Amino acid sequence: MDVIKTDVAIIGAGGAGLRAAIAVAESDPGLDVALVSKVLPMRSHTVAAEGGAAAVIKENDSLDNHFHDTVSGGDWLCDQDIVELFVKAAPHEMYQLEHWGCPFSRDADGRIAVRPFGGMKVERTCYAADKTGFHLLHTLFQTSMKYPQVKRYDEFFSVDLIVDEGRVRGLLAIEIRTGRMVAFVAKAVIVCTGGAGRVFPFTTNGAIKTGDGMAMAYRAGVPLKDMEFVQYHPTGLPGTGILLTEGCRGEGGILTNKDGYRYLQDYGLGPADPWPRKKAMELGPRDRLSQAFWHEQQKGRTVKGPYGDVVYLDMRHLGEKKINERLPFVRMLATNYVGVDPVKDPVPVRPVVHYTMGGIDCDMDTKTALPGLFTAGEASCLSINGANRLGSNSLTELLVFGRRAGEFAARHVRDEAGKGATETSIAHLADGLAGRVTGLLEERHGTESIAGLRKEMTSTMEDGCGIYRTEGTLLETVGKLAGLRERYKRVHVTDKSKVFNTELLHAIELGNMLEIAQAMAHAALDRKESRGAHQRLDHPKRDDGTYLKHSLAIRGEGGAPPAIDYRDVVITKSQPAERVYGGEAK
Amino acid sequence: MSERTIEFEVLRYRPGTDPEPTFQTYRVACQDDWVVLDALNHIKDTIDGTLSYRWSCHMAVCGSCGMQVNGEPKLACKAFVRDYGGRIRVEPLATFPIERDLIVDMDDFLDKLQSVKPWIVREDDAKVTEGEGEYRQKPAELTRYRQFSMCINCMLCYSACPQYALNTDFIGPAALALAHRYNLDGRDQGNEERKDVVASHAGVWDCTFVGQCSAVCPKDVDPAAAIQQGKIAATTDFFLGMLMPKKGDK
Amino acid sequence: MQPTPRKPFSRPWHNDWWLHKRTYALYMIRELTCIALALYAAVVIYGLGRLAEGPEAWTAFVAALRGPGFVTFHLVALVLMVYHTVTWFQLTPKAMPVMRGDDFLPGHYIVGAHFAAWAVVSLVVLVIAGV
Repeated sequence: MDVIKTDVAIIGAGGAGLRAAIAVAESDPGLDVALVSKVLPMRSHTVAAEGGAAAVIKENDSLDNHFHDTVSGGDWLCDQDIVELFVKAAPHEMYQLEHWGCPFSRDADGRIAVRPFGGMKVERTCYAADKTGFHLLHTLFQTSMKYPQVKRYDEFFSVDLIVDEGRVRGLLAIEIRTGRMVAFVAKAVIVCTGGAGRVFPFTTNGAIKTGDGMAMAYRAGVPLKDMEFVQYHPTGLPGTGILLTEGCRGEGGILTNKDGYRYLQDYGLGPADPWPRKKAMELGPRDRLSQAFWHEQQKGRTVKGPYGDVVYLDMRHLGEKKINERLPFVRMLATNYVGVDPVKDPVPVRPVVHYTMGGIDCDMDTKTALPGLFTAGEASCLSINGANRLGSNSLTELLVFGRRAGEFAARHVRDEAGKGATETSIAHLADGLAGRVTGLLEERHGTESIAGLRKEMTSTMEDGCGIYRTEGTLLETVGKLAGLRERYKRVHVTDKSKVFNTELLHAIELGNMLEIAQAMAHAALDRKESRGAHQRLDHPKRDDGTYLKHSLAIRGEGGAPPAIDYRDVVITKSQPAERVYGGEAK
Repeated sequence: MSERTIEFEVLRYRPGTDPEPTFQTYRVACQDDWVVLDALNHIKDTIDGTLSYRWSCHMAVCGSCGMQVNGEPKLACKAFVRDYGGRIRVEPLATFPIERDLIVDMDDFLDKLQSVKPWIVREDDAKVTEGEGEYRQKPAELTRYRQFSMCINCMLCYSACPQYALNTDFIGPAALALAHRYNLDGRDQGNEERKDVVASHAGVWDCTFVGQCSAVCPKDVDPAAAIQQGKIAATTDFFLGMLMPKKGDK
Repeated sequence: MQPTPRKPFSRPWHNDWWLHKRTYALYMIRELTCIALALYAAVVIYGLGRLAEGPEAWTAFVAALRGPGFVTFHLVALVLMVYHTVTWFQLTPKAMPVMRGDDFLPGHYIVGAHFAAWAVVSLVVLVIAGV
């Protein structure tokens, strides 16, 4: 086994991973950072975020506003101490990103411009046209190049964390272009591998978002928190699931059903002003909008299309000039992928899996229960998003907590100097973990195809664990997933070669996704209430008495399903209340 | 949705097994709203699991799936099968060494990106001090460089550039465009530091303005424009330097 | 360190690369117009030499220019120069973008300005030449 020694290993080089790497380098220039990613940094899915990043930078706004929007948007499942920290740190991080060169759209006076976003009382979403994630990612990637101590290991696929004596010691990875196994020996590891939208069939998420880091932490004994909360974005393109940003609605786009009627007014989101007011109609939160679609579908008021039912996102009234200036990417996407020019026609859209609110359980310092292991970004669950994330909080989250993860990991390395197992013993542990990979490559007659299992997994998740769930559908899904995990033992990898064996990687990813799907479905089965993105038809009310708690999925040994435990939500200044949107919203 | 069977001739190369790349043909029933990437995924999932290629976002922004489609550099996720006939030839990007199948070696490109110092260079190191806001930047100042900040690093421009094909020392279109993007940004003070690379022979002067880099760019970045502007800037700088030597210059 | 199984394969780039694609071929023609320019310059320099030698040499030179070989050469050179000029002018908005307000001046203004300047200069030359 080849061994690479470093101080801090970061898994995942998207927004959070890059921000963490820079933070380590800035807080202690003497430390070595290994940035390990299965793809080149600019391929990470942060690149696909469009609408913007929220931060209180204007005089008409306040930190309190941002706090309350976030907490009520999350249906009070947010840890409020962490939300307070988050909104307070956000403006500084936005300015830092700007100083590093992010080409933010600007007001006439040269200040960063902001646009309205769903569930936000005041317009506070900073944006770079409709490619904010792309610009954020490239700015961080390019800035990271100026720190020689940040060593990139591009296209190294992380397999598992190396744990010894109750501490994380590093990680096992495959160098994709040679197929060799490498043990990274590190004093601290930060997991920034993003979400797991690919567990579902219809998602805005790229192919790489298979929840590898979540699964690694889970296998290492760290609980996955609030996994039942999966966000459906209300406006994805049918067929491909390509995202059309909430910025479309922030700029004034409206949603209509087959009768051209703005149906959101029927779901407590009205009045239907000609130009949506904040926190009303099209600027309601994502969970409410996606749920409204489901109800319209039940009523037969959606439009039948070749890829299922759709509604229309109408932006024609914005005019060509504004669309070209603020939403040029959206125009390209709609024109190319569904053949509809938003300047001339309404665009067919439907809800699509977008974001995992849940993730690796960690505290406000991004520390997990496993000493030495930190996490940030979508892979983590800090509990600032609660049961439903507000659009444009996630880019800000990866800046604020990516940085914190880097700083706390650096501090951990200083505090823990000298402690730790020897290199040889760690390499020995890595050898043991590698068996899982080499086993997949052995000559054997597996009977199960990767694509076949993946398809069955994604469809059972959609059927049983989608926008609306019941005990019946969930029981069917957990049963199905248990069977799939069993069948996965017989998965067949036809490619036995070393160089860029992408089929092998797909097999490992599938194993990760099956574990995560199980955590999601079991957590959803156990939560007998409806809150935010988790809606149970058989338990339609929120139940604060029993479930004002975070769920924790703890991995079962020997293929057993996860055990679900609970932990209290931290409430500081906002007592749980009814979520109010539309005309009554405050 | 209508369906059509298309023959895909895909260049395969398995290092250690194949002495050189050869074409392999797959017949795929394609929906007419499919892109080439959809067909490749179909092949990988149901016909031949050993076919290897890079992809992720399927929305023309991550830059992973650059390849030659019927001899033209394209993003496989943005090349619609309806725009082609019954046979589509898929090859890796033309000017890079092939690692395997449709995957090329990107090391050289990444080194070149790094060489132009693509970050904000400032005396204050671009650090935000407590209580400070943003650097002001008027919309017109943003417009000056904005186009050159849109590059997704898909490397189609390198695949279309005969100068890079003939001489891989050439820094190349995307990296030079990125250097120009920072040089044009009012927040940046790194022009001097980038000059050694940008204004060198392997920099802008290796470009003979074939212009194909801009023609194939899926994001309308127009690297050819950036390079020509770089030439003018380098020339102006050279003559001004002769007329008015700065302190420290010999 | 384990031995690497990598064997990156570099495909050859053949010398006739520009014959296989129209855009490359047009580029090559644009580049080759410089030969016509060089030959024309040589003729002009030769003519200057004759002029310095005196009226007889100059008259003989001018007479030679009227021969079919020279006329053909000048016609070909003119066509190539016009091709070069037109393609070059069309590229000028890339090299010399002009900002007006918050946006760039549309490219056709810059191209148009070049053509206009060309016309004016040609006119002046023709007037001076007394045509």
